[in-house]
Amino acid sequence: MTRDAGLTRDAGLTWDAGLTLDAGLTRNARHDTDAGHDGREKRMSGLDDLKDKIAVIGVGNTRYGPFPETDEYGLAAQAFRNAVADCGIDKNQVDGLLVCRIPYYARMGEVLGLNPRWSLTLPPHGRMSGMGIIEAATAIAAGHATHVALMYANIGRSRRVNYGGDENPGTWDPWGFTSPGAAHAMMFRRHMEMYGTTTRQLAEVSVAVRHHASLNPDAVMRNPFSIDDHENARFITAPLRLLDYCLINDGAVCLILTSRERARDFAKPPVLISGFGAQETFSPSSISNYDHEFWYPALQAAGEQAYRMAGVGHDDIDALMCYDNFSPTVLFSLEGLGFCPRGESGRFVEGGTLKLGNRLPLNTDGGHLSNSYMQGWALNVEAVRQLRGECGARQVPDCEVVQYVQATPCTRSIIYTRG
Amino acid sequence: MSYTKPLPRIDTLNQPFWDAAKQNRLVVQCCTACGDTRFPPSPVCPKCLSAEQTWKDVSGRGTLQSWVEFHRAYWDGFKPDLPYKCCMVQLEEGPLLVSNLVGSDANAKLGAPVRVVFEPVTDEITLPKFTLA
Repeated sequence: MTRDAGLTRDAGLTWDAGLTLDAGLTRNARHDTDAGHDGREKRMSGLDDLKDKIAVIGVGNTRYGPFPETDEYGLAAQAFRNAVADCGIDKNQVDGLLVCRIPYYARMGEVLGLNPRWSLTLPPHGRMSGMGIIEAATAIAAGHATHVALMYANIGRSRRVNYGGDENPGTWDPWGFTSPGAAHAMMFRRHMEMYGTTTRQLAEVSVAVRHHASLNPDAVMRNPFSIDDHENARFITAPLRLLDYCLINDGAVCLILTSRERARDFAKPPVLISGFGAQETFSPSSISNYDHEFWYPALQAAGEQAYRMAGVGHDDIDALMCYDNFSPTVLFSLEGLGFCPRGESGRFVEGGTLKLGNRLPLNTDGGHLSNSYMQGWALNVEAVRQLRGECGARQVPDCEVVQYVQATPCTRSIIYTRG
Repeated sequence: MSYTKPLPRIDTLNQPFWDAAKQNRLVVQCCTACGDTRFPPSPVCPKCLSAEQTWKDVSGRGTLQSWVEFHRAYWDGFKPDLPYKCCMVQLEEGPLLVSNLVGSDANAKLGAPVRVVFEPVTDEITLPKFTLA
């Protein structure tokens, strides 16, 4: 993931030494706004040049569900076929390959008959989609590749992945503290205590997302439920209940990216990557998936960078695709991005704010909570489909700007617009 | 009776923490160069990169930062304890620790004072846990 000097030179960008220095400054920005702001100014001059330069030309996915008869390669190949068909590309034009949660990149290339000029493998963590799309975009801008296919596959349901216990050994196992869900429960309890946020407010997230899934014929879970249903669901790790947890299902997703100029050659109208931003929060990694500040400083930094690069503001966002591994992440994201003041996300979402037709449609495909656990990748596909106007009953009218965000130790935001 | 819950993976870095816990002492790693404190331990100081690290006794007092209640057991050994409580504690000396909240949680709230208690679970391992002070 290191952006080396070669990339900087090749792209003719102005990522100078400030990039390296900024990493420290940005994390301290909450204590010293001026220093952090100055640091970020330097870095963004380079990224801003990539505004609208890279387009998503093809998207594809498998059905979502249990598919024990296949494996990651089988799922990814199907998603790739669908993405190729979606844009009409000759698959041999693909000269860049980015894979995530696929065991062996070279086998993936062999399966698809690809020997690309550039490839990158990302670990199977639920935060790599935003990173991968940004890295692919910068690789195209730098000239490493012209057409990059990004593939993600997950067969966690058929493999009975638990996301806790001995699968993910950690420092706090002797006390029984394990699983990303428990870390989010810990954060949400803290949010409740600090700001008076209630579980009925939290329910608005799951209820809105399930409503959208009910409009998506491909979603795994489609039966609508109410706030009371959410309140009556069983606890997994209190204060979080079953309906605050994402699904675990099998499936795969593929996106194909190229430059804006080349994008004109393909079947569908291109969707442009207009802005993006990034900020890691690597401490405390020993308490995995936990941040004492709800990733607020990272979301602020990534959001400011993305909005500024894209030249849009909150009121321009027609739909928000928000990493919803657990429902509290959505509340944290709304605050960090600045859709509402800090601590007020509970009140902000009351009354169906996040439902289609209201102020800020959220995860219109049903997200991780109800559509499919594709760890952010499917949300980026949904952003593309919304901007193309392909979403049928769940289409956001006149959709022009869609924002993706992942509030995780690797926080990313991407702003997509119609080409 | 055999102990069925997960035990700490003891290595050269964290051994002093578990040795101290067995003596009913709570310790955190401390940088001899800049005084930064933390747990779990690090091979170098994350603040100043000094490799000269030591351990220091802490008061065992802190504040409750959050707490949760597990209704699902990810290890069979925790099944008899369901639902059980985990807490996030900030020690007076600074570091954040995850542990178990033992005793009544009727007065649990953000910032509530807590103190360490020691629970021997095997002949070798004693777990520091916390109770509302």
